[in-house]
This record gives sequence, C-alpha cells and structure tokens, in this order.
Amino acid sequence: MTCDEAEILLHALIDGELDAGHAREVEAHVAGCPRCAAALADYRAMSKAVAGADLRYTAPAALRQRIEASLPQARAPSRRALLRGFAMGSAVSAIAATGLFAIILRGDDEARIESEVVSAHLRSLQAGHLTDVISTDQHTVKPWFNGRLDVAPPVVDLTAQGFTLIGGRLDYVDARPIGAIVYRRRAHIINLFVAQTASTERHAARIDTIQGFNIRRWSERGLNYWAVSDIASDELAEFGEKFESTMRGSSAG
Amino acid sequence: MPGQWLPAGRAQAVSTQAGQRAMPVNNSDDNPERARRFRDAALPYLDDVYTLARHLLRNATDAEDAVQECYLRALKHFDSYRGPAMKPWLFAILRNVCRAEYARRAGSPSAAIDELPDDAEQTPLWHEAQETPETQVLRSRDASTVRRLVAALAEPFRETFVLREIQNLSYREIADVVDAPVGTVMSRLARARAMLRSAWMAEEEQPK
Repeated sequence: MTCDEAEILLHALIDGELDAGHAREVEAHVAGCPRCAAALADYRAMSKAVAGADLRYTAPAALRQRIEASLPQARAPSRRALLRGFAMGSAVSAIAATGLFAIILRGDDEARIESEVVSAHLRSLQAGHLTDVISTDQHTVKPWFNGRLDVAPPVVDLTAQGFTLIGGRLDYVDARPIGAIVYRRRAHIINLFVAQTASTERHAARIDTIQGFNIRRWSERGLNYWAVSDIASDELAEFGEKFESTMRGSSAG
Repeated sequence: MPGQWLPAGRAQAVSTQAGQRAMPVNNSDDNPERARRFRDAALPYLDDVYTLARHLLRNATDAEDAVQECYLRALKHFDSYRGPAMKPWLFAILRNVCRAEYARRAGSPSAAIDELPDDAEQTPLWHEAQETPETQVLRSRDASTVRRLVAALAEPFRETFVLREIQNLSYREIADVVDAPVGTVMSRLARARAMLRSAWMAEEEQPK
C-alpha cells in the first residue's frame, strides 16, 4: 500500500468504516511508515479534541415554540380523540371514567392524560396488577422494559432516600404503552409513569390533585414524568426532587 | 433579516385542497394524527438539525430561519419519507435550505461565503502536510480554538467534517445527505482533516 492510498484509508480506519482485511493492510502500512503513523496519531488526537470541544448547539426555546406552533396538532385535541379517551377510561374503571368525563368536558388534553394516569394508578392497586417485574434491583427493572417500549425509562434506586423500588409495569395511557416504575413509601405506593415527548425542553414540576391522589408532573430530557400516589403532596414533591437529583447525579458522573 | 429568504414555505401554504375547507392553513398538513407522527419522529432531532445549521451557516439568526424552513419542508414531504433514519433525511432537507441561503449571500454585495478554488478538491492531499516534521505531535487546543479552526474550514469540507465528527453519521449516510458518492465523501473528509491538521499546527507556531 502506498502513502497516497493510506492517506485516504487512514480516515476510514479511524471512523471504523474498513473491513477487517483492509484495516490490517492500513495498519501494516502505518507500522512501517512514520509519516502516516504521525498523521494517524494526529487525526485521532484531533477527533478526540473536537469531541471534547462541545461543538453542539441547543436550539433556542423560541425556535422550538415556533416550529411546534406551526404543526396542526398544536390546537386543542379533536372531539374524536376525546371520545376515544373517554371510551378507554370507561372500559377500564367506572369510577375513573366519572372523573375522566368531567375533565374531558373541560377539553384539556393535559388534564385528560393526568386523569388517565390516576386511572392507571388505581388499576395498579387492584390485586395482582401492581408489577409485571418484581425487583428491588434497578439493574433488573430497567432491562425488563427493553423491547416493550420505544423508550428506556430511567430506573433509579431511592431506597437510601426512603423510597423503596419494588418493580416495574407496562401500562397504557393516552392509548399508548407507557412505562410505570413502582416505589413504596411506608404502606403507600408511588407509581412513576414515564413517556417519551417530542419536546426536549425541561418543564419544572407541578403538583395537581385528582380524586384525592396527588400527581407530580415534570419533563426532562425528552421524557414526561407523572408520579402518582396517595401520600401527602410534600412527600410526593420530596420523591420527585430526589428522583431528579439522583438522575442528574448519575448522568453527570 | 430573519425570514426574508423563506418564500418557499409561504408559497406552500397555498395547497391543493384549498377549495375544500376555508382555513388559512396548509390543508395537506392539516391532519393532527399525521402531524403528531411527524412531531414524534422529527422534533427529537431539533438540536442536531440546529447544530448542523449553525456550522453550515455560521450565523445564529440564519440558522434559526433555516431550521424552521427545514421543518416546514419536512412536514410537507413527510408522506414521502420512507425511513429508516430520520436524522439524515432532515439533514438533507436542511442542506438544501442552506444552499438557497448560500445563493442569496452570493448574490448580495456583502456576501461572506467561502470562495472555493475550482481545483481545491483535486489538489493532492500531501501538499497540505508535506512540510510537517514527522515527529511533531499535535498539542491540545482549547475548545474555542477548536471551534474557530473548524469554522474556518471551507465548504464542502466543513460540511462533511461536521456530519462525521459532530453528528456521527456513517460514510453512507453522509453520502446520502450531501448527494455524492461515498468515494467523494472519503476524499472530502481526508482533505478536511488534513486542512484542519495544518491549521492546528500553524496555530502552535504563533506566539500566544
């Protein structure tokens, strides 16, 4: 192999685009050619430096809003979507459907989903419905979701913070599969629902109360979270804050 | 001025089914379910698309306009999208939008666009680094220097370099985005890195 050939193929080697045979040929040339060896070392160092220089940009929030606003579904949900939501709710639980109905009439998509989340929480408390995978080990619960959802819900262990991980479950909210991670606080169950969102914007947490259940809702890194429980709202807030800070800690490290 | 080179999106709003409903929006896109699918598929790549636009246009305002136009066009053509990878598809659309912007800049008196010599792609690679001592090793540069050196690369080398090093596209995907054979992608990338390496070394010789 000549230097001219190697000069092009060096890059394919760096980028992992060469088959094993060609990779060996390039490596053999580099081993006997100080000039090409120096180039290869430099290119590798450059790639590393470029990766470390953070040449990525985050789209401004105003741009994201402009684009979202230009999409048709930014309007209120259609009547048909609302009826579908209602039909599903009523089929699932008469109690939940009553609440759902009142909320649907307000025409508020977000409230409808929150109500569905509460329905799912109620459903989970019926015998044998709480968990599909039972484990206090986050490394068992997290992989269980693989292939069941198009997202990997973050599973963090909060036992040290007073919230025991007891398992995970596949649920359905807004007619789509959603991951539920189940925690326990004393005798109370907390369902943490996680779903993908198109927006990667961070939304600060908000606490609502529906049918006597507290819901803490927040968004971060392309995921929507709803924590639902009958524990007091300040305890639920504490749960959410500990979850968020543990998440931040694990991604920073 | 933001938006001044965006006539295409406005023109597209006058769509084929305009007579059927009296709504001042693009009726071919007026389908919430389709829009939801588009949103779920395309919006997660907004930061990637914006990053590419910033590197191609080197100007925040132009980049924002280009990205918005890119998403408008992508929504319009979403029905013809056959996958599998959404990111390269969006990049290809963005690239076409950016080329319109290059043309606009070239036509304006204050055009600030790289003049690329005709023979730039044909010049043998070794002419770049031949004077370099074999033993010299690249010293690390701070992030702002790296950004400046990358920004100084001429088109289309910067484009290929950014698609590979920052967006992590494969050669095949880059070839699809820039609509060129893989061999061209390889030679552009080799040249981009050789130019960057020379500039990197020249940087070291300047007293701080």
